[in-house]
Amino acid sequence: HPDRQRLHAAVRAVEIEYEPLPGVFTIEESERKDPIIWGDDNTFKSYLIEKGDVDAVWAQAAHIVEGEYATGAQEQFYIENNGVIAEFSERDGVTVWGSMQCPFYVHKAMMEMFHLPEEKVRVVQVETGGAFGGKEDYPSVIGAHAALLARKAGRPIKMMYDRMEDMAATTKRHPSRTRHRTAVDKDGRLLGGEIEFVIDGGAYATLSPVVLSRGTIHAQGPYYWPAIRVAAKAMATNTPPHGAFRGFGAPQSIFALERHMDHIARVVGISPVEVRRRNFLKTGQTTATGQLIREPVYMEGLLDRALTESDYQEKQKQFERENDASTIKRGMGLACFFHGAGFTGSGERTLASVVGLEATEGGKVRVLASSTEFGQGTNTILSQIAAEALRLEYEDVEMQVPDTSKVPNSGPTVASRTAMIVGKLVHSAALGMVKTLQDGGLGENYTRAEFLASCARHVKQHGALKVFSQYEAPPNIFWDDVKYRGDAYPAYAWAAYVAEVSVDTTTYCTEVKNFVAVQEVGRVLHPILAKGQIEGGVAQGIGYAIYEKVVWREGAMANNQMTNYIMATSEDVPPMKVIFIEQPHEHGAYGAKGLGELPMDGPAPAILNAMETATGIEFNECPVLPEDVFAAMTEMAR
Amino acid sequence: MRAITFTVNGERRTVDVPPMARLLDVLREQLHLTGTKEGCGEGECGSCSVIINGDLVNSCLVPVVQAEGATICTIEGMAQDGTMHLIQQKFLECGAAQCGICTPGMILAAQQLLTLHPRPTMDQIREGLAGNLCRCTGYQRIFEAVKQCGAEPHQAD
Repeated sequence: HPDRQRLHAAVRAVEIEYEPLPGVFTIEESERKDPIIWGDDNTFKSYLIEKGDVDAVWAQAAHIVEGEYATGAQEQFYIENNGVIAEFSERDGVTVWGSMQCPFYVHKAMMEMFHLPEEKVRVVQVETGGAFGGKEDYPSVIGAHAALLARKAGRPIKMMYDRMEDMAATTKRHPSRTRHRTAVDKDGRLLGGEIEFVIDGGAYATLSPVVLSRGTIHAQGPYYWPAIRVAAKAMATNTPPHGAFRGFGAPQSIFALERHMDHIARVVGISPVEVRRRNFLKTGQTTATGQLIREPVYMEGLLDRALTESDYQEKQKQFERENDASTIKRGMGLACFFHGAGFTGSGERTLASVVGLEATEGGKVRVLASSTEFGQGTNTILSQIAAEALRLEYEDVEMQVPDTSKVPNSGPTVASRTAMIVGKLVHSAALGMVKTLQDGGLGENYTRAEFLASCARHVKQHGALKVFSQYEAPPNIFWDDVKYRGDAYPAYAWAAYVAEVSVDTTTYCTEVKNFVAVQEVGRVLHPILAKGQIEGGVAQGIGYAIYEKVVWREGAMANNQMTNYIMATSEDVPPMKVIFIEQPHEHGAYGAKGLGELPMDGPAPAILNAMETATGIEFNECPVLPEDVFAAMTEMAR
Repeated sequence: MRAITFTVNGERRTVDVPPMARLLDVLREQLHLTGTKEGCGEGECGSCSVIINGDLVNSCLVPVVQAEGATICTIEGMAQDGTMHLIQQKFLECGAAQCGICTPGMILAAQQLLTLHPRPTMDQIREGLAGNLCRCTGYQRIFEAVKQCGAEPHQAD
């Protein structure tokens, strides 16, 4: 309604009567299968990875280490809520403009809902104020609501969630529980392990199967396992569906593993540094899914650099000396991890994304892609790649606004895939454009002016000049969906993070005092943007560890306000040192791999590891709020 | 409805609005100053920050009646004659804006901070921006941008 006040009054006048049915609200309740709310057993999806003979390792083990770890839900907390505008007419079909990551997801949803052919649905991404996965699938829901209302009302409909609605209704990071049972030799080398990884999917399957898949594959971490079994499942519960959030299942299983590695170190009697160093995956070895690692792996180098930059050993010694006499306990914590770039398994092969380049009337080159900008730098890096490949200036390139009637489907803007996959397609389309122009007479060593003149000539003689490029999987990358084995990702980013933490035993507040993030992400295309991605991800990871707690009441978020769901402010973030070790990746644009999700994986375990070093208390569930520290310390004092 | 007059970005404006309308809505919907953003509507995120009579204020918490006679600066008042304000220039250079939704409020918070502390210390920067949430940057590039503004030669020098 054009009058917001009257709209609120109308909403208040509607009363919905609910007849409550028995519900399940946690993984454990769902596992009890009473009641059954989905299928035969409340399980949306399960995966099994097996490598080697896990049953044979226990007899040879010097130590068998067990642990259970859990993570809570996390709100994406983009500062701009979900919102769309929709228009409907019998003649033109549906048009949706909105804040979103994946215009073609919304496009597909509208086609299905209204039974319309693709040309009768148009979806346009408008400036998007943050997303982090929270605008991956949800815009299809709010877009559908607005489009249906537009059809009913015969007028355009604008729907903007307010913060309470957004937090209550939209997807969050899946809560998880991970159980580890690990066989190690007397020196702390991994002989084999069993991992059970479970996520809470909420009331509908939505993206849970794919989130579960990434989490399952990342459960092994950047380590060599001679034998491993990972059994994973996504359970149905009566909460709003959980969905995509930066990291997509990996932060959950990596949290568990990296806490568990510290646990193993303690049992064996070696340092957290040493247990990791002895087990890093190396080039030529295979992962849990049987992927042969061909790329050079520098985990040791990353770890060493992180230790040096954080002054890890010296500070740890200093804190050990000082902690006894102080009410403020300090500690250092470490996390080592990898993150697969691009879609999991056969995802990229199935998507077969397309990117186009077009010579414009205005004498520029326009990139045609459905990849969206929401702060991560899509427009900048894709323009950079096009300019570099065409040997033009950055200013000569412009981005087409993602509009399904004007751009090909270059896939969703998710999964740390834009620089590596879409960037590479921009590069190959650019080479195609150069070839077309050179076939028409453009010289080998053309100047910028010659290139643009040649474009203009081509357009005049032949009409529009558009060149497209479609994704083809690298020849040596193959994934078997049926056996759930093979090359899980075309490339991995690798990292070692160190957190320095203080826990105040008077106020029970935890602070992250310093943070060091060292990573290998292939070639860095834009150093400032890349740093910004890592720093922002680390801040979200700090929130995941010690601030951001979703409180559930009968399946609904009880604290759906910024007032009582807390994220890090400028006073809560530590100084961060961000270091890139560059190792160009042959199949990425100018050597790029993915980096957007990576920084979400490491902070939470590094921080909880540091909290344990500081206090001697094992915190195995995140987030840890002051009340949790209070409870644990009170318990310990008994 | 009530006629309320105030000065926005140096211009005297009169609006005819319900007195309890939020200043945020009046700026955006009546005056089309859409640079001021809404993030939470409850005074937590700072996206709707504007400067009223020299104070940094969340415009979502201000009934427009309180703005009678006030002098208001919004993000649209920062650039002059098409030239970016120094803070905007530094935000651009340092990568201090990612998605941009917090940026207008953050820039006004920085402006207020630099007015109070022309050469702010790191602690003053962290405290001065603490009412403005940014989910993208982890604040590090914003700190850098503000620090660089503080290092610029000042008129008083």
